[in-house]
Amino acid sequence: MDFITILSVFVMACFVGYYVVWSVTPALHTPLMAVTNAISSVIIVGALIAGAAGGSPTAKWLGLVAIALASVNIFGGFAVTARMLAMYKKKER
Amino acid sequence: MEHTAPPAWVMLAYLISGVFFILALRGLSSPATSQRGNRFGMAGMLIAVVTTLVTHEVASLPEILGAIAIGGGIGWVTARKIAMTDMPQLVAAFHSLVGMAAVLVAAAAFLNPAAFGIAGEDGLINPVSRIEMGLGIAIGAITFSGSVIAFLKLAGKMSGAPILLPLRHIINLGTLAAILGLIGYFTVDQSPWIFWTVTALAFLIGFLLIIPIGGADMPVVVSMLNSYSGWAAAAMGFTLHNTAMIITGALVGSSGAILSYIMCKAMNRSFISVIAGGFGAEAAVSSGEAKEQRPWKRGSAEDAAYMMQQAESVIIVPGYGMAVAQAQHALREMADVLKKQGVSVKYAIHPVAGRMPGHMNVLLAEASVPYDEVFELEDINSEFAQADVAFIIGANDVVNPAAKTDKTSPIYGMPVFDVDKAKTVFFVKRSMGGVGYAGVDNDVFYMDQTMMLLADAKKMCEDIVKSLQH
Repeated sequence: MDFITILSVFVMACFVGYYVVWSVTPALHTPLMAVTNAISSVIIVGALIAGAAGGSPTAKWLGLVAIALASVNIFGGFAVTARMLAMYKKKER
Repeated sequence: MEHTAPPAWVMLAYLISGVFFILALRGLSSPATSQRGNRFGMAGMLIAVVTTLVTHEVASLPEILGAIAIGGGIGWVTARKIAMTDMPQLVAAFHSLVGMAAVLVAAAAFLNPAAFGIAGEDGLINPVSRIEMGLGIAIGAITFSGSVIAFLKLAGKMSGAPILLPLRHIINLGTLAAILGLIGYFTVDQSPWIFWTVTALAFLIGFLLIIPIGGADMPVVVSMLNSYSGWAAAAMGFTLHNTAMIITGALVGSSGAILSYIMCKAMNRSFISVIAGGFGAEAAVSSGEAKEQRPWKRGSAEDAAYMMQQAESVIIVPGYGMAVAQAQHALREMADVLKKQGVSVKYAIHPVAGRMPGHMNVLLAEASVPYDEVFELEDINSEFAQADVAFIIGANDVVNPAAKTDKTSPIYGMPVFDVDKAKTVFFVKRSMGGVGYAGVDNDVFYMDQTMMLLADAKKMCEDIVKSLQH
């Protein structure tokens, strides 16, 4: 992919993000932050590439530490979001 | 090594992962669809991780799985154990981890560019990639050190009072200019010292940016760091040409930016003035002026119980004080008893109540308050005029009429609840001495229809429940 293609994806995604986030109900803003936290840990993709590659041992170890940190976030972020969302109940009628 | 395009199915897999992340946020438009949304998020993450692992030569899989297991275990246990009142700290801590992960990934890419497919034929890193990783490591480092300070302030391990260094604006702007200048120079000279200096300066500025910001502005800071963690992920996505990372980065970046905007608007503060910091420090000084003693009425739990039983409608305005006193369960019990006696009970939540966006809603949800009894500022504010009782518990600045009338007040212009229009106001507060974050006196205390319920919020709710059941 060339730079312009990537930039296009990025700009479009910013617009999608803008509209999707405005449609989030204010009552769920805390879960929103928790889940965005979890998904921004998709940076683990870069960590995996570094951790998987041979060549530079330092880079590999940096990658492994990054994998562990991102995993804290992924598991923690999704789990705490799920825990919060499960608490939102409608009135019993 | 030339950058070769990955097979089409790999690009599609990352695209699907990105789309799933969009659906995860889309689900949050209503509590009913939110849990399915969260599962989309998990699926998207799984797709991204598995795709990466199967398309790269993995030197040692056990080490990678070990790292995932250690990190995942810590994260999972923390998520299970954390108290809902501590969510702001947890989110700040999680932001710092994303920031650090971005720093480590960018550093690894710098040390081993071939593995990331960003090295040119001469072994040097492509100039465009250098800018991207420079920005990535800088934003990551700012996110990390900024979030650590935010975490310490929110967890009470560091004073929430702003720390104001002399010449801080000049120092900050200078550091920022140095970072950008060095990243620019990095495109022509790939010396390691430039890369590491950028990293060090970015850690420094993240720290400098957050220490002058006071406790009242923490919701904005947490949202802002949320945004930064997204931009860091996006910058690394540019380096790796990865659609999932770019889409996610853009989503998270806009999410944090919008939340910051909402928070600023709810406080009638400009984003720039929040970032410039110092709020709360000035206010503390102005409240030290000669205070006249004004008459106020003290009520008891019995008074409150009696008045609310007689009422047709009660609107509860909870604030962070309720969370500190852990009063949400007792409060819900009080509301339940009232509802059984035929009183209409609603909750009114201000956008900046609590320490992060939506914090009060989570606490009420935890106490099993149905979400359709909880209303936002603009939806309920007109109802105070018809309400018999406004029951304020642990909130202060968000009900202060000075925001509407007193142009000299630090909170002037902030949208507030019109509790002064309710027939009777009960104000649960620990003592008459303490004031809200903004440090300003509140006219509601001295109104004819106001009764101050001076006690611990939880104890007061429990006492009211006892009186109601007599």
